[in-house]
Amino acid sequence: MSRSTGRRREVRGRHLALAVLLLVPAALASLFVGAGELSPLDLLRADSGAALLLLESRLPRLLAILLAGTAMSVAGLVMMHITRNRFVSPSTAGTTESAVLGVFVATVFLGAESVMVKMVVALLFALLGTLFFLWVLRKLTFADVVVVPLVGIMLGGVITAVTTFFAYRADLLQSLSAWTNGDFSSVLRGRYELLWLTAAVTVGCYFYANRFTVAGVGRDFAVNLGVHYDRVVNLGLLLVSATTAAVVVTVGNIPFLGLVVPNLVTLVLGDNLRRVLPVTALAGAAFVLACDVVGRVVRHPHEIPVETVAGVVGSVVFLLLVLRVRRVAG
Amino acid sequence: MTSAEAFARVRRREHRVLALLALAAAATVVAFCVIALRGNWEYALAIRARKVAAMVVVGSAVAVSSVLFQTVTNNRVLTPGIMGFDSLFVLIQTLVVYFFGALALSSADPRLLFAGQVVAMVVFAGALYRWLFDRRSRDLYVLVLVGVVCGTLFSSLSSLASRLINPNDFVVLQDTLFANFNSVDRDLLAVSAVLVAVVSLWVVRLFPRLDVLALGREHALNLGVDHRSVVNQVLVAVAVLVSVATALVGPITFLGLLVANVARQLAGASRHRVVVPASALLAVVALVGGQLVLERVFALDTALSVIINFVGGIYFIALLIREAKR
Repeated sequence: MSRSTGRRREVRGRHLALAVLLLVPAALASLFVGAGELSPLDLLRADSGAALLLLESRLPRLLAILLAGTAMSVAGLVMMHITRNRFVSPSTAGTTESAVLGVFVATVFLGAESVMVKMVVALLFALLGTLFFLWVLRKLTFADVVVVPLVGIMLGGVITAVTTFFAYRADLLQSLSAWTNGDFSSVLRGRYELLWLTAAVTVGCYFYANRFTVAGVGRDFAVNLGVHYDRVVNLGLLLVSATTAAVVVTVGNIPFLGLVVPNLVTLVLGDNLRRVLPVTALAGAAFVLACDVVGRVVRHPHEIPVETVAGVVGSVVFLLLVLRVRRVAG
Repeated sequence: MTSAEAFARVRRREHRVLALLALAAAATVVAFCVIALRGNWEYALAIRARKVAAMVVVGSAVAVSSVLFQTVTNNRVLTPGIMGFDSLFVLIQTLVVYFFGALALSSADPRLLFAGQVVAMVVFAGALYRWLFDRRSRDLYVLVLVGVVCGTLFSSLSSLASRLINPNDFVVLQDTLFANFNSVDRDLLAVSAVLVAVVSLWVVRLFPRLDVLALGREHALNLGVDHRSVVNQVLVAVAVLVSVATALVGPITFLGLLVANVARQLAGASRHRVVVPASALLAVVALVGGQLVLERVFALDTALSVIINFVGGIYFIALLIREAKR
C-alpha cells in the first residue's frame, strides 16, 4: 500500500470533532424516525408507551447500528493492512460468505438454538475461508492490486453457491436471505447484545494498530523491526473473523461497509492505522446510520433494509474509487 | 510435415470435435426426453420437449454471447454475466414495472414488451460498456472489477425499486424474474428462438473479422478491420442474446465462461467458425445433461444454476491463477 506522502495529513482533534458532529444529529434522527410515532415531546411528557418504544426498540437499534458500523469498517481497515491491498475487505475476501455458511451449518447440523454456538461456528468458518483466500493469493504469482479482490469476490460466489445449494435442500432459503441481507428492523433489546463483543475487538485493534501498520509494510521489514509477522497477521485475521461473524449472526451482511469507509478515510488521512482508526470507526457508524435512516424514510412507514441502501451508495462510491485510483497510479 | 499437411490435420481435428460434440448434444437431448418416461407419453414428451427447447435456446444464447464478448474484450476470463449484463436486464425489467405498473406488464403483448425491453437493454448496455471499453481497453482487470461492482449496483437498485413497487405488482414481477426451465412461456420461447437464430446468423458473417480481432486491437487495425464497427455490432448482438437468456431463465453467471473456455481447449483452435458452434453444443450438453442428472438422480429441479455457478466459479479462480502465471 503506497500513497503519495503529500496527501498524508495529521489527524487532529478537529477531524474527530467533525465526525462526532456529523454522527450526533444522525443518531438523534435515528431515534425519532420509524413506523411508530415517537417525538422528543412524548419523552418529555413522560409517556410510558414512548419510553418503552425507546428502550426496547429504538435505543437497541441505534446501538446495534453504531456497533456494527464501527466494527465492520475497522475490520476492513485491518484487513487492508494485513493483505496490503486497498480493495480487500471481509466482503471481497470470502470472509462474510464463509461466516454465512457457518451460520447455516450450525443451524442445520447442530440444530443451534443458542446464538453463541452459531457465532462460534460462524467465526471458525470465517477464519477458514479467509485463510483459504490467503492461500490462493500466495498461488497468484502476479497479484495485481485489482486481481486480488476479484479472486476474493469469485471465491465468495463459490461459497455462496455451496450455501444456497444446501439451503435449498434443507428448505432454508428464506432464513438464508435473512443472514445475507443486512437489516436492523428485527433488532430489539435482548437480540443485539452479542455486538458488544465487537466493541472489545475494536478496542483490541486499536492497541495492536502499530503492529498491524508495520506488518502492512511487508514481511521482511516487519521481521527486521522485531515484529512476529505471522502472529500479528493471524491475530488480525482472528479479530476480523470474530467481528464479521458477530455482525452476520446479529444483523446480516452489510455490503461494502468494510471496503468503502476505510478507503475514503485513508484517502483523506493517510495510512497510519492508529491515527486513522478512530475516524474510520466513527465514519463507519455514520455511514450505516445514514443508510438506515434513509431506508426508513424513503418508504415510510415501510422499511428498506440497510443492505439495499448501502449496496447502492457503496457500489457508486467504490466505482468512483477504482477509476480514480487507476488514474492516479497511471 | 508441410504446412499444408499440418493445416489439414487441424481441420480434421476441428471437424472431429464438432461431430463428437453434436453427437453428445443429440444423445443428452434424447436421453432427457425418454429416460423414465411413464404415464401419458404424448403429454410428458411435449412438456419435456419444451423444456429441452428452452435449454437449447438459452445455452446457445449464453455460449455465443460469451465467445463474442471474450473476443472483443480480448480476454478469456470475461463473460457478459460477470460484467453485470444480466443484472442490468433485471433492473430494466424492474423499472418497467415501477414506472408503468404490473398491469402494463401483464396486459401488454408479451412479445411487444419483450421487444421493448431488448431495445432498452441494447441502448443502455451498448452505451455503458462502449464507454468502459473505450476508457480502459488496456486495463482489463479494472474493467472486470468495475463490471462486477456494476452488477452489484444494478441488483441493489433492482431490489430498491422492487421494494417501492406495490406488493401486488411485486408478485407479478417476481414471477417474470424467477422463471426457470420448468415454467417457460411458450410465446416468449418462440420469440426467443427466432431472435437467437437471427442474431446468430447475423454474427456469422462477422466471424472472419472476429478471427482477426482476436489477434488484438493493433493487429486488427493494421490488417484493415474496422475495429469500432465490429465491436459495436458485437455489443448489440451480446445485449440481445443476454436479454433472451435472462428473460427466459434468469441469470446463469458462469455457464458462458465454462463452455467458451472448454470449447477453445477441445477444439485446439480459435477460429470462430469452430469455437462458436462448439461452445453452443457444449452449453446444451451441460444444461440438458445437468438438468437430467439433477431431476432423475437427485430429484431436484431448480438448483442447476447454483451448481453451474459453483463449478464455474472454481474454474474461474483456477483460470485466473493460470493466466496470472503467464
